[in-house]
Amino acid sequence: MAIAESIEDKLDVVQVRKHFPIFSYPENAELIYLDSAATTQRPTKVLDAIRHFNEEYNSNIHRSAYKLAEKATAGYECARLLIAQFIGAAHSHEIIFTRGATEAINFVMRGWGEKFLKPGDEILLSEMEHHSNLVPWQVAAQKSGAKLQFIPLDDSGELELGKLDDLLTERTRLVAVTHASNVLGTRVDVKRIIDAAHEMKALVLVDGAQHVPHSPVNVQDLDADFYVFSGHKMLGPMGIGILYGKEALLDAMDPVLYGGSMIDDVGYYESTWAKLPWKFEAGTQNIPAVIGLGAAIELLEEWGMRRIEKHDRMLTGYVLQQLEQLDFVTVFGPKEHRNPVISFAIQGIHAHDIATFFDSRNIAIRSGHHCAKLIMKKLNISATARASFYLYNTTEHVDLFVDAIHKARGYFARWI
Amino acid sequence: MDLDDLYQEIILEHYKEPKNQGTVADANVHVEGRNPFCGDEIRLTMLVKDGRIVDVKFTGSGCAISQSSASLMTEHIKGKTVDEVKELFKEFGHLVRGEEHTHEHIHDMDELSAFQGVSAFPTRVKCAMLAWNAMKEGIEKELEKYGE
Repeated sequence: MAIAESIEDKLDVVQVRKHFPIFSYPENAELIYLDSAATTQRPTKVLDAIRHFNEEYNSNIHRSAYKLAEKATAGYECARLLIAQFIGAAHSHEIIFTRGATEAINFVMRGWGEKFLKPGDEILLSEMEHHSNLVPWQVAAQKSGAKLQFIPLDDSGELELGKLDDLLTERTRLVAVTHASNVLGTRVDVKRIIDAAHEMKALVLVDGAQHVPHSPVNVQDLDADFYVFSGHKMLGPMGIGILYGKEALLDAMDPVLYGGSMIDDVGYYESTWAKLPWKFEAGTQNIPAVIGLGAAIELLEEWGMRRIEKHDRMLTGYVLQQLEQLDFVTVFGPKEHRNPVISFAIQGIHAHDIATFFDSRNIAIRSGHHCAKLIMKKLNISATARASFYLYNTTEHVDLFVDAIHKARGYFARWI
Repeated sequence: MDLDDLYQEIILEHYKEPKNQGTVADANVHVEGRNPFCGDEIRLTMLVKDGRIVDVKFTGSGCAISQSSASLMTEHIKGKTVDEVKELFKEFGHLVRGEEHTHEHIHDMDELSAFQGVSAFPTRVKCAMLAWNAMKEGIEKELEKYGE
């Protein structure tokens, strides 16, 4: 690590922002970007890593004798090593590259679920899941005859983990649960879920897409069986994600994609599969994105995940404290122990109209159901406005955000 | 990009007090419009008789643009023939997308021209079109029944 990390250290946001060319692009001079839960901006280091690959050593990895391909292979496998260390995996071959967290979950659904799920088995999800960790399991259940169960979401935006003992049965084969909600910001005590599930001999898949960008993660400490996340939500490129799985589980799974690169030996009528991780990496991979993600992780480690977590917590506290004072604003989700993802409603103004109003003040927020329709049903709403903050956001951005809420209220006042 | 171009007085008035809310009791066209990306919904019921929209009502939830568009649409299609309404659909689409078009204006767009401002906000075109798309789908389904 480049800088000795101490919990006392503060993230230097002024310096951090200089790493992101999008903020100095003239047209974005006024931009206040509050949509990092959808995708984060990319630092120069990541963009340079991609450009260097494309300009200086673009070539396909593995099985080539020339220097260019050696360099590409080294870059690709070095990124895998960095990612394994970043999340505390025991082996780098437990890191499988996918197109994103969604594809990683689909890999488990296809490679594990289609092979092992049987009629009568149960899959335990939560009502807080993003569609990416819901829809694949609906299909897996329909195909296998397994049954879906749900950990309920309570009014405060927390999962009712007290009901775990009832929900986990000897029929439960898999628990698939988010580490942090993309709508409510809720941080889930996945360690508790994993321990309880393991007692019942069930496996646990954790969707870490909203957690890995904000906090240190150690998959071995958690004892997660599968852990997935996306590169583009943690300063990396789009189109790259990670499936972490315990070696024995990945070994037991069937491949999901068949073809080049994933074979050991090929005959006329049958073939055998390569070892991990290549068994799951058929076809030419998104090599520049892998290398870019490696660069993103180097930068996150340089800035320090503890410092980033502390910065995010400070911003979350600051924004919640301000919104609490506004009686015409509803904030969804827990008051504490949450990520800087703030879903809110302004009395009488629809979420889309809020988002358009904010855009007219160059504040980028998101509105809609955020691919979490179960949460919307539970809250009995059709959409929320959502502002999500990250390491390049400042308290000044929070002030402008809160000011825009007041201004929106003023603008639509006659019709509220 | 001026916000007032989008949120014109007439649009917000219809958002606050939508016209033709409810369900047409003897409707022969029932159709739902949904925007899967944002959750806006419109349920439209119409009585179409002898090629004419005799009655139309809607219920739904969503943003100011989608709901006021539904309200204004019901006012403007009631009493018109199916052919007239289809033409109006095209013209309204051109209007909110800000497209140049060559066919003659056979209708006075009247209050509907308030939606011209939507064209500067491409992400909101789908909101303005939600009720109109549902209406067109409903009419076409009804016509199919008679093999037209």
